[in-house]
Amino acid sequence: MKEEIIIAGFGGQGVLSMGKILAYSGIMQDQEVTWMPSYGPEMRGGTANVTVVISDKRISSPIVNAYDTAIILNQQSLNKFEPMVKPGGLLIYDPNGITRHPVRKDITIYSIEAVEEAAKLGNAKAYNMIVLGAFLKLKQIVKMENVIKGLKKSIPERHHHLIPMNEQAIEVGMGAAKEIHQV
Amino acid sequence: MTEKVLKKGNEVIALGAIHCGCDGYFGYPITPQSEIMETLMEEKPWETTGMVVLQAESEIASINMVHGGACCGKKVMTSSSSPGMSLMCEGLSYLAGSELPCVLVNVVRGGPGLGTIQPSQGDYFQAVKGGGHGDYRVIVLAPFSAQEMYDFVWLGFDLAFKYRTPVLILTDGMIGQMMEKVELRPQKPRLSDQEVAELYGSWATTGKPTTRQENIITSLALEARVHEALNQKLQAKYRVIEESEVRFETLQCEDADYILVAYGSMARICESAVELARSQGIKLGLLRPITLFPFPVKEIERMIPQLKGIMSVELSTGQMVEDIRLAVSGKVPVTFYGRLGGVIPTPQEVLDAFKTNYMK
Repeated sequence: MKEEIIIAGFGGQGVLSMGKILAYSGIMQDQEVTWMPSYGPEMRGGTANVTVVISDKRISSPIVNAYDTAIILNQQSLNKFEPMVKPGGLLIYDPNGITRHPVRKDITIYSIEAVEEAAKLGNAKAYNMIVLGAFLKLKQIVKMENVIKGLKKSIPERHHHLIPMNEQAIEVGMGAAKEIHQV
Repeated sequence: MTEKVLKKGNEVIALGAIHCGCDGYFGYPITPQSEIMETLMEEKPWETTGMVVLQAESEIASINMVHGGACCGKKVMTSSSSPGMSLMCEGLSYLAGSELPCVLVNVVRGGPGLGTIQPSQGDYFQAVKGGGHGDYRVIVLAPFSAQEMYDFVWLGFDLAFKYRTPVLILTDGMIGQMMEKVELRPQKPRLSDQEVAELYGSWATTGKPTTRQENIITSLALEARVHEALNQKLQAKYRVIEESEVRFETLQCEDADYILVAYGSMARICESAVELARSQGIKLGLLRPITLFPFPVKEIERMIPQLKGIMSVELSTGQMVEDIRLAVSGKVPVTFYGRLGGVIPTPQEVLDAFKTNYMK
């Protein structure tokens, strides 16, 4: 198993921490992982993205030619990364604020209304966990118990009381992913 | 018991320092390596191992604090990124000239000048050929994973004290910022003052016992013959290092017609490029120098008869390629592919460049 994932959106949407939780989940089930962020001025309010690779074997390049999955949270990222999804791959996006929707017919596309779902939960900070839930529903590469373990490792102990809330948000996301196009 | 964590390369430089029993870190913040000092400040090792962590007023102050600590036989280190490293080069020359052990980390960004904060390998010449003034070398280690970032702090101090020389860990923003699984080692206790005096009392300024003359540490030698002898001693040490400390890794080189040579972050990209080439039936291999000084000259010489060509892949305009050409001495074509400004080529782009150079 080898899964190459790009998560891209605005700084502040929790793109990097979503990637970190995913990567830690991989470690919890003894897989190899790399987490390669964009860094620098673009993180401060601009676009942020992270490439996560989870594999059963040693990972050579943390930078890849094309992605198995693209998780897209704003228009710029959709424009940039839609063409880089492997044929037959998966694209998950939040349609909030998107005016030009994905058009490819050779990849599977799902939407996740995470802004709306987070508002329903009354917790804007649950946003990235809702998106993560949608991904975990569609690509069962890491087990839920390992995601929870990954969460515990990723967030400081003083915030561990928030883990049930995060778990709930992941479950909401699992139920809210909508199929747009299936290959 | 080892612990597996998901950490950035920069973060595990800091953890490696604490765990290997480092006595002091002196630094000044600069992107993309600030997580090193940030992690040290978060870990507060002064409360556990007693390690000193100090933000100096500048890079020049940092390197001279390292000089002071090293004179006392302490395990001391600093880190910076390219422009800061340039400021440290005077101090580095003094450390080498005074035969002092220490570890430096350069998380390279693009230059010249203020350049960019994105990853680069443009400081190869500075690291390998000197940087500061005078005839000196430092051992240069080039990690290509977060695990090696951690391990090379341990290795760096071992080599620094074995040869009484500065050791430079040359890495870049990509390896520094990337998170990977890292196996941490158990805490090694710091040496006590008594242990330092026993181990390094022959040269370090650990206090003068009545049984010997005072130790004088200096790089000053105004007398011609004394100065020549000092340099000959340094050069003899560098020849021993060249004989004994070359480290490299090869991938699919046994039957290779062509090889890529790449270090650090670019070696990771090239590993995938080699896998891609092999899937297309191209007999391509990878030589990854782990020590840049000493450079794996003999390994390149050994491979020459089987090779039709070599391509150096660097995040620079072509620096290591000069050392490859020296080793090859005109016997095999040597070409170069490099990108700048933080543009990290994909494995496909590396393979395309290779095909353009050799498969036409």
